[in-house]
Amino acid sequence: MGPVAGGRRPPVRIFRWVALSVFSVLLAFPFVWMAITSFKQTSDLYDVENNPFLFNEMPTLEHVELLLGETLFPRWLLNTAFAGTMVVLITLLLAVPAAYALARLTGRWGERLGIAIFLTYLIPPTLLFIPMSRVVSILGLQDSLWSIIVVYPTFTIPFSIWLLMAFFKSIPSELEDAAMVDGLTRFQAFLRLVIPISFSGILTVVIFTFTLVTQEFVYALTFISSASNQTIGVGVPIYLVRGDVYYWGSLMAACLIASLPIAVFYNLFLDRFIAGFTVGAVK
Amino acid sequence: MAVVETKDLTKVFTPGERGAVNDVNLLTREGEFMVFLGPSGSGKTTLLRMIAGLEDPTAGEILIGGRVVTHLAPRDRGIAMVFQSYALYPHLSVYKNISFPLRAQGVPKEEHRGKVEWAAGLLGIGELLERKPRELSGGERQRVALARAIVREPTVFLLDEPLSNLDAKLRASAREELTEFHDRVGTTTIYVTHDQIEAMAMGDRIVVLHEGFVRQVGSPREVYDDPADTFVATFLGSPPMNLVDHGDVLVGFRPEHLLPRSLVEGQAVEIGLRVTGIEYLGSERILYALIDRDRFAEQRVVAKLPATYDVGAAGGDAVDFAVAERHLRFFDKTSEKRTGARALEWA
Amino acid sequence: MGLRRDAGRLGAAMFAPALLYIVALVGTPLVLAFLYSVGNVKVGSVGYEFVGLDNFISVLQSPTFRGALLHSFLFTVGAQLIVIISANILALALVDRFRGRGLVRFFILLPWVAPISLGAIGWKWILDSIYSVINWVLVQLHLVEPFDAPMWLGEGALAMLSVIMVHAWRMLPFSTVILLAGLTAIPKDIPEAAAVDGAGFWRTHFQITIPMMTPIINVAVLFGVVFTFTDMTVVYILTRGGPYNSTQVLPSLAFFTGILGGDLAEGAAISVFLVPILVVIAWLMLRLARRAEVV
Repeated sequence: MGPVAGGRRPPVRIFRWVALSVFSVLLAFPFVWMAITSFKQTSDLYDVENNPFLFNEMPTLEHVELLLGETLFPRWLLNTAFAGTMVVLITLLLAVPAAYALARLTGRWGERLGIAIFLTYLIPPTLLFIPMSRVVSILGLQDSLWSIIVVYPTFTIPFSIWLLMAFFKSIPSELEDAAMVDGLTRFQAFLRLVIPISFSGILTVVIFTFTLVTQEFVYALTFISSASNQTIGVGVPIYLVRGDVYYWGSLMAACLIASLPIAVFYNLFLDRFIAGFTVGAVK
Repeated sequence: MAVVETKDLTKVFTPGERGAVNDVNLLTREGEFMVFLGPSGSGKTTLLRMIAGLEDPTAGEILIGGRVVTHLAPRDRGIAMVFQSYALYPHLSVYKNISFPLRAQGVPKEEHRGKVEWAAGLLGIGELLERKPRELSGGERQRVALARAIVREPTVFLLDEPLSNLDAKLRASAREELTEFHDRVGTTTIYVTHDQIEAMAMGDRIVVLHEGFVRQVGSPREVYDDPADTFVATFLGSPPMNLVDHGDVLVGFRPEHLLPRSLVEGQAVEIGLRVTGIEYLGSERILYALIDRDRFAEQRVVAKLPATYDVGAAGGDAVDFAVAERHLRFFDKTSEKRTGARALEWA
Repeated sequence: MGLRRDAGRLGAAMFAPALLYIVALVGTPLVLAFLYSVGNVKVGSVGYEFVGLDNFISVLQSPTFRGALLHSFLFTVGAQLIVIISANILALALVDRFRGRGLVRFFILLPWVAPISLGAIGWKWILDSIYSVINWVLVQLHLVEPFDAPMWLGEGALAMLSVIMVHAWRMLPFSTVILLAGLTAIPKDIPEAAAVDGAGFWRTHFQITIPMMTPIINVAVLFGVVFTFTDMTVVYILTRGGPYNSTQVLPSLAFFTGILGGDLAEGAAISVFLVPILVVIAWLMLRLARRAEVV
């Protein structure tokens, strides 16, 4: 919609300008602050007499070098990438066929199952983490990256099924009918027709599964106790702190380096992600 | 080449409710162009989809070329189908779309190029082979869909309202092309439509469906001139057949047969009219009127007059019209079925 | 034989792996969570003994728990109030196209998109007891004295306020984009009709747009409540529940009791207190979904 003619009236424009400036500053400020902190010399950082918004001494790369050279940060990046890839694979393998089944094959019964699946997305890690840690140790995965690789699909699969179900439903079923008349079985039509057509939907699921992995905190904190097996989300805030000493420069650099690429990717696929939450409420 | 036969074919979607298709018995002729005609919800598409194998019949049998195919998968029936949306595979080029059935059926790869080019040539789309479906116009898409259907030389063609996505101008030429195409390949064809003009123009025979029942099967001339019941009488023709209440029967006559007295020759029934409105439609005029005779007073009728004849009447005028007796059709009032002619008492 | 039965069978086969995975890895722990909460299990202990509601009773008698329960509600209601009011304003400001809208959207989304633990660490630095940039600004403006600057994370009430603000900061982008989707979905001709009928911008907004957006606002609030009520990341990183448990919420208390303290039973019992809220929310969502389908 548009607030119509009103949108061009001066008070409305001023409202918009003020609202956007205030909120942009409030919301983006921590990241700006991370950037400033990352490149300041330590002595500048910890001098309370200095104006913290300015570079009172020459900018420096020492924090970034420390982070990349002498901490486990690169290791955590690799761990996160590996865990993310594995979780994406498991999620796709299970969620794509399941979503297709719910969208096309199971009828009324499937609709209810779809809702049930979605509701499991509402069950939070903070309800499950205590017994889940027992399950993880029964599986012999405690303190291993594999613990989260096995557990994360419990929330990525439901959300992916939900997203993909809407996507598959938007494909005209005449296409599959045509493929079956043309000589394929239903399952072949799914493999050779539906999956290639759904490339963008599947890509969306890949991106979101991956970002969910980078954002998760509670399970990783609970299951993994060695610093070297951690992901970015837990490694940086917990293990980059030595005892009580915070290396703020490196810490902020780590936050920035890990956040920005994820943010850029996420932004590209945002509209689909929103659709996953608003199915039914917006036509 | 093959014929399609259905025996007591029935489809019930929700148990306990009226079926979408009920006890349909049909037999096509070799190479025939058969049209399923009916309003939306008449069961025509469900019937076609059962023949294609895309819906399970609740009861009854389907035979194609004498072979029972009732429970075979669509791909095992030797049919080809063109869908309402054309269902072109959006991620494949025209070439790959047309060769898709060949690949799916495991036809040796070296035969593909020749067959695709033959099919594309037949439909005049040889230049479009490298395009993607979204780069095609509506008419081109339809031809690609037809090429994809013809390429593996099916025994039966099924077409589900393939012209409904085209604009009115294109539709007329596409109709002609389709007929010509059918004459050339001679494959038995079943064509579903809700458009009576398409049905009349293309069908060898028309199957009129309503609420899941077959109301009449016949050539275009038969279903138009000799409708089997009041539904067929009023569904076909625009404006529809006039039905005038006459005791235990309904008397039907087409608007184009209700003419000024002076234009009607031979044995005729005179009907006095009071004109309520006239529409000028260029090539013809539609006259809305009430019958002005005691016994039938206030019954509405419609007359269609050629533009070349000037009625000279205006709203409120009383005029003398008539219908030739041979153009009268009679329907039983309770069963709504056609019944024998009888003498009329207009007074 | 039969298409429909074939489809059903194929559907079951395609759905089963995902279902089994979910049942095994969500169902099992869920059942265990309830079992733990009515048993006595500690880390390392082998047996299981049913103790009825003992854990709940013991938990309810603990002032720390009652504090956490209260904080959880405060945290959720406070953060969601801020979020939903701000999101309405922000969505309204963003709905019309203007130059640079994409960039503004990117900035506004950052808090939601970046890993929350990293965002929270950023705030921990901003709210630092000595080097807080906020305090520096306040001192420069002569609003506070340098020796009397607020300890954002060191005093009970301020710490709670900080935790609420940071979580609101995190959730605001999420609610904004959902509301934005709702705003965009309103057919253009409805506000246009209102304008033709003589309604001004604000009247159109409050009497036409907001009522039409009620379902979507509900969606945003319901998800917001779930994500806030069950979250422990912000609290854990900013305050560890302190000072003196003044920011302890149910999830963080469950973590400290069950995982760090090793008392699985009591930790589970604390977590189970999340369930009633989640059930109410699930019920509301189902109602919402059903109504949306009917309309």
